[in-house]
Amino acid sequence: MSLISATGLTVKYGTQKVLNKIDMSVAPGEIVTIVGPNGSGKTTLLRALLGLTPAKGKVQKKPGLVIGYVPQKLALDPTLPLPVRSFLNLPRSHTPQQIAEMLDRVGVPGIETRQVADLSGGQLQRVLLARALLERPDILILDEPTQGLDQMGEAGFYRLIEDVRQASGVAVLMVSHDLHVVMSASDRVICLNGHVCCEGKPHVVQNAPEYRALFGYGTQGALALYQHAHDHNHDHGCDHDHDHVHNAVTRKDDIEHAG
Amino acid sequence: MLDDFLVRAALAAFGLSLATGPLGAFVVWRRLAYFGDATAHAAILGVAFALIFSVPISLGTLVVALAMAGAISWMMARGQSPDSGLGVLSFGALASGLVAISFAPGVRVDLAAYLFGDILTVTRSDLLLVWGGGILVASVIAWRWSKLLLSTLSPDLAAASGVKPNRESLVITVSIAVVVAVSLKVVGALLVSAMLIIPATAARRVASSPVQMVVASVLVSWAASGAGLWASLRLDTPAGPSIIVAAALIFVLTTGYRTIRNQIA
Repeated sequence: MSLISATGLTVKYGTQKVLNKIDMSVAPGEIVTIVGPNGSGKTTLLRALLGLTPAKGKVQKKPGLVIGYVPQKLALDPTLPLPVRSFLNLPRSHTPQQIAEMLDRVGVPGIETRQVADLSGGQLQRVLLARALLERPDILILDEPTQGLDQMGEAGFYRLIEDVRQASGVAVLMVSHDLHVVMSASDRVICLNGHVCCEGKPHVVQNAPEYRALFGYGTQGALALYQHAHDHNHDHGCDHDHDHVHNAVTRKDDIEHAG
Repeated sequence: MLDDFLVRAALAAFGLSLATGPLGAFVVWRRLAYFGDATAHAAILGVAFALIFSVPISLGTLVVALAMAGAISWMMARGQSPDSGLGVLSFGALASGLVAISFAPGVRVDLAAYLFGDILTVTRSDLLLVWGGGILVASVIAWRWSKLLLSTLSPDLAAASGVKPNRESLVITVSIAVVVAVSLKVVGALLVSAMLIIPATAARRVASSPVQMVVASVLVSWAASGAGLWASLRLDTPAGPSIIVAAALIFVLTTGYRTIRNQIA
C-alpha cells in the first residue's frame, strides 16, 4: 500500500489551473523526485499533498503516517531568538543525546547552541533535515532541498538522503530542478508541467519526448554523466496521448517536440 | 497587608505581568502590536456598554474585546490590508466608545481611569480578577507552548507536523482579549499594548532563546511595575503611565547593553 497518494488533484490560483488532475503515489522506502520547469506546479503539488494549499481531488495518507517536511526556506523573524536546540525540540522534545547524534548524522555536529538565524544556507538545510528526521518519519518531503548550496554541497546532501534511506527505510518525495544530480539519486522521476507529463525510472523519463520538450537537449552534457546509453527508448509507461500543448515551454530550443 | 493600597497596586501589576510577559513575546514575534492596540481600544466601547446595561465592566470589556479580535481575525483572513483596516476598526471602536459613554447613566464617568488605568484604587476583587486572568493566560500558553511556538515560527512546518496553526492563532487572539479585559483597571485601554510590547522587546535584547525571552519579559514587567509605583509615590506621578515609562527606560538600558556587548564581541 502506498504511503501517500493523490487522485485527480487539481489546484487553481484564481482562474488559472496550476495543477490539473494529478495522479501520483509514493510507496514505502521509495525515492521519488518531481522535476519540471519554473511555474510547473512542483511546490504547489507538495503543498497540496501536505494539506497546506486548498485543492480539489483526493489525497490519501496511510493512517498514522508521520511526515518529515523540509521546506524550501525558513523565514525567521529577527524578534525571535532561536537556538538550534530549541528549534529541534519543536513540536516534540528530544533528549540532548538524540539531538547531538542527529546533528552529527546530518553533518553539522555540535551546533546546538548556535542561533538558527546565524546558520549558513547549507547548515540550515541540514538542521531542517535533522528536525524532520527526529520525528522518525515514514516519508520525507523535501522542497528544493539544495537551493543555495554549491555543487559539492548538493551532491553531499543527496548522498546524505540516500544514506538515511538506506539506514531507516524512509520514503523520500522531493522537488528539484537540479536535474543531473537528481537523476542518479531517484528510484522514480515524475515530470510535471501542470499535469504529469510522464513518469518512470530516471533513464526512461530522460528519453521521453515530453521530458525533452520541457528540458530540451541542452542539458544533455550534464545528463550524460549519468547516462550510459542514449537509446531513444520510448517505452516509458505513459498512458496518455502525446499531442497536448506545452504552453509553459519557455526555452527556444525546446520548440522541436521531437522524440 | 492587603489593606495597603500600594501593596494591592503592586500585586495587581505583578499578576498582570504573568500574562503580559509570555503573551507579549508572542505579540512581538507575530507582529500583532496593532492588533493588541485595536483590541484594547475596543475595550472603551465595552466600558460604555457595561455602564449602559449595568453589567460588570470586566464582562463588558471582555465581550467587546473578543468581538473586536474576532472581527480583525476575520478581516485578516480575507486578505484585507491589516494596516489601514486595523486603523479603521481601532479608532472607530475607541471613538464610538467615547461617544457611547456620554450616553451612560450616572453623573460623570471618570474617563481617565479607563484610558490610563487607576491602579491605586485596585480592590480585592479586582486583584482576584487580575490574578485569575493572569494565571489563566500564562497556563494556557505554557500548556500549548510547543504548538504555539512552531505555528509562530512557520505555519507550514506546524501544519505538516499535525498542529493546526489557525487554532493556535485563535488561542493568542482570545488571550489578548482576556488580558485587555483584566488589565483595564491596572494600566488602562491606551497603555495595555505597551505592557505587552515594551517588556518583551526589552527582553529580546538580552535573551538568546524563546523561554529566556518570556522569563526576561516577566522580570522586566515586574521591575517596571515596582519602579513605576515607587516613582508614582515619591514624585506624585500617575501610576499606570509611570510603570510604562519605567519599562521604556529598561528597554533603553537593555538596548544599550546589547549595543555595547556587540561592539566588544
